[in-house]
Amino acid sequence: MRFKALTATLFAAGLLGSATAQAQTEIQWWHSMGGALGEALNGLATKFNASQQEYKVVPVYKGQYPESMTAAIAAFRAGNAPHILQVFEVGTATMMAAKGAIVPVAKVMTDAKEPFDPKAYLPTVAGYYSDIQGNMLSLPFNSSTALFYIDRNKFKAAGLPPVPPKTWKELISVAEKLKAAGQDCVYTSGWPAWVHVENFSAWHNVPIGTKQNGMGGVDTEFKINSPLHVRHVTMLGDMVKKGLFTYAGRTNQADSKFQSGECAMATISAGALAGTIKAGKTDWELSFLPYHDDVKGAPQNSIIGGASLWVMGGKKPAEYKGVAKFLSFLSQPEIQMEWHTTTGYVPITKAAYELTRKSGFYDKNPGRDMAVRQLTLNAPTENSKGLRFGNYVQGREVIEEEMEAVFAGKKDAKTAMNDAVTRGNLILRKFQAANK
Amino acid sequence: MEKRVVFRSAWLPYLLLAPQLAITIVFFFWPAGQAVWYSFQLQDAFGLHSEFVGFDNFTALFKDPHYLESFKTTAVFSVSVAGLGIAISLLLATMADRVVRGALAYKTVLIWPYAVAAAVAGVLWAFMFAPSIGIVTYVLKGLGVDWNWIIKGDQAMLLIIIASVWKQISYNFLFFLAGLQSIPKSLIEAAAIDGAGPARRFWTIVLPLLSPTAFFLLVVNIVYAFFETFGVIDATTQGGPAQATQILVYKVYHDGVKSADIGGSSAQSVILMIIVIALTVVQFRFIERKVQY
Amino acid sequence: MVEKRPLLDFITHAVLIVGALVIAFPLYVTFVASTLSLEEIMTVPMPLLPGGHFIENYSQVLLGGSTTGSKAAVLDMLINSTVMALAVPLGKTTISILSSFAIVYFRFPLRNFFFWMIFVTLMLPVEVRIIPTFKVMADLGLLNTYAGLTLPLIASATATFLFRQFFMTIPDELAEAARIDGAGPMRFFWDVVLPLSKTTMAALFVIQFIYGWNQYLWPLLITSDESMYTVVIGIKRMIVGGDSANEWNLIMATAMLAMLPPAAVVLLMQKWFVKGLVETEK
Repeated sequence: MRFKALTATLFAAGLLGSATAQAQTEIQWWHSMGGALGEALNGLATKFNASQQEYKVVPVYKGQYPESMTAAIAAFRAGNAPHILQVFEVGTATMMAAKGAIVPVAKVMTDAKEPFDPKAYLPTVAGYYSDIQGNMLSLPFNSSTALFYIDRNKFKAAGLPPVPPKTWKELISVAEKLKAAGQDCVYTSGWPAWVHVENFSAWHNVPIGTKQNGMGGVDTEFKINSPLHVRHVTMLGDMVKKGLFTYAGRTNQADSKFQSGECAMATISAGALAGTIKAGKTDWELSFLPYHDDVKGAPQNSIIGGASLWVMGGKKPAEYKGVAKFLSFLSQPEIQMEWHTTTGYVPITKAAYELTRKSGFYDKNPGRDMAVRQLTLNAPTENSKGLRFGNYVQGREVIEEEMEAVFAGKKDAKTAMNDAVTRGNLILRKFQAANK
Repeated sequence: MEKRVVFRSAWLPYLLLAPQLAITIVFFFWPAGQAVWYSFQLQDAFGLHSEFVGFDNFTALFKDPHYLESFKTTAVFSVSVAGLGIAISLLLATMADRVVRGALAYKTVLIWPYAVAAAVAGVLWAFMFAPSIGIVTYVLKGLGVDWNWIIKGDQAMLLIIIASVWKQISYNFLFFLAGLQSIPKSLIEAAAIDGAGPARRFWTIVLPLLSPTAFFLLVVNIVYAFFETFGVIDATTQGGPAQATQILVYKVYHDGVKSADIGGSSAQSVILMIIVIALTVVQFRFIERKVQY
Repeated sequence: MVEKRPLLDFITHAVLIVGALVIAFPLYVTFVASTLSLEEIMTVPMPLLPGGHFIENYSQVLLGGSTTGSKAAVLDMLINSTVMALAVPLGKTTISILSSFAIVYFRFPLRNFFFWMIFVTLMLPVEVRIIPTFKVMADLGLLNTYAGLTLPLIASATATFLFRQFFMTIPDELAEAARIDGAGPMRFFWDVVLPLSKTTMAALFVIQFIYGWNQYLWPLLITSDESMYTVVIGIKRMIVGGDSANEWNLIMATAMLAMLPPAAVVLLMQKWFVKGLVETEK
């Protein structure tokens, strides 16, 4: 029968498509680093592959953070997850709760007898990715924080002194002058929830949620409808209305708006520096995030963002050995320093920070230690050491949706932030129920 | 309708049906059954544990104002897509039916978008309307329109409507053209002799005769807007800003795949299935009637 | 034409020309953008005449994909898309011509039940059952395979209906003659039904080729391996961020490559395409 032959061919074709034979042990690494960052990441993998014969790390770009995470979850359910997965910080709680799906990094290292010392990492970084007992569950990889970028060219063109404003009040007055001078995009911001809620809260030392921002347990609730949060979002909404704030989208879309020279000021990730340098279209300067100077205790310290590397479960021991070797490779101070200096991400080990400092890099490149300095400005408080909310991929989206409603002039900030809390808490309860 | 002459065999018809049935069962009935089963469960993202929760997922959905909002969004979107798509293609088809010279050239251009994938159509329009570099944005800015669909929900909605209508015009156009060409010329001529002008002829003769086609297209276009525009939305607005373009199908995908809320997403699937069944019944009744003509 | 009306003729052509221009404009912009350098696209407004980077852009995407997003070569994606666009119509035609032959030319227990089983699938587009279907594919080990890409799409009631309807129009005398000659059902199928169905099959092929080529959600879900991307998915994977971070010249070159094969099929097989479209939906 004809159809039998046909289906047989279909199946055969399918099998051919999936079969891969490799002499080396292949380690799949799914990531979300596009552009200049992707090049730097591929560079790390190439370097590791050249350094030994046994293993081959294959980096695969899987789209932006939320996409690669959902792709990996789907792949895990299907039984073909990658070995290493780069997960953004908000996915941390979800990954942590998935005990059968992941292998703690600490365990991977011990099993493979690779030397590993969690204390080598900066405490603000390590704390974010460790459980309550202090076991490191994922390997911090690209940690950043939100920084304030300005393009001095734009300031000069408008006849302003090329100095970054320190407070929001100053920022608005500068923004008005830039606008009056004909600058179309005055200020933009990436990651609205991360910058204007998460980092904002830590920077002003107010809680994002109860239970130490969720680090103390899954029965946490959001607190982002405080008067200060409402005031800040109201201010942003007004800026949009006056054309002083050009909203770019929920992820890193603002990076390119600043890098291409379209916008004069931006609050974006420290990691956007690589692309800013590569684009070479701005006379950039980095500084601390603006703050409201009438808030007591501000500025406190900012929190990290970016991503860590999770090791997925269900793989062969030989493959885990390779994973461990690769993670050790990544933790070397020299590699860390290279990653830090090429990308702008934070040096995540103390040794790497020291090494970079001693190399004179910061003297030659003023401002490049801005992220570390901002992260460690003060000893972290309960409000500023990080956050851990279940299903926060969804939770953050809810916050972003509500903020977008304010920017679009559809809701006032108070209603929006109240709605964000109500809807966010529902998500937290669902997570609590599913992860009893 | 039944065949008068048939063959007899105890096993052959089953064998002939087997491949179709096997695929239908494996890829339709099994998954649909699972969707129903999942819709009564609460699962974690990785599917490591699950729990039976009865109708909780459904009640949660109907308590969620955003889910109800999504119905409204879907209605606005599909009515706009169907309405605009049908109106524009009717106009073009009526015109194309009149011309002799250049008919093939017009037709060729007008059916091209049918070949373009929904996702690609989305990308093309998103590119032309891109907030900072788009060519149409540039023109709009010149006209004093502040175009930025990244933040303005109604503009985002407009963008996906335009892209979806653009893609669907070819289809509607071909059906209307076929419908117009099947109208007997003698009818039109008789009316013309009676002194009816082109506009009057269109309203009194052509349009009534086209109404079955138009009704059929209405159903098809609504189904199209419901499901097949997924690619357009995913390639452009992804449901945003602030869920302004989150139609029901996109929400199923978003909640199930992106947010890994299997139970909630499956409950939505079940509701959607019920809607589709209703739509199909409408369509089927119409087809039956048409067959009897 | 019923009567001469120059003004009306003028309006007619004007409407058609405007309509055609508006419809064609996005396609033209795509082509122009695919021949420009990224810098040229980034200048606002972008030029509306083709530039000199045609060969450069197309060879880059065909062999190396984008440089910032997915690096999968578009050439491989085109092969995947072709496999999918061919397997879907072939599979669909095969299984549905057989099943409708059974339903029309045989009387057997449960015939109506089976017919309804097939009919019901009309009501469940893949979009409403994505999660469980994905799970089923995973259980069967069909992720990232051609079988996984195509099998769920080849079951559909529309083709079965089309053939059923067509078989109804085949005169009973033919079957009667075959029976008198002592020909069995399969002989009749091969010698009479199949040759008569050629146009219907061609029409179905065109429609389903486009359907298969343009699939989006399904390949998006089940291909996690870059080597299995179809070209439509490839475009999506090249979009990495905001307006200016995307390599629009390469994305648009890929979009052109993604549009051309189905457009060629539609334009070259226009007659069958129109027939197929109008008939499948009846």
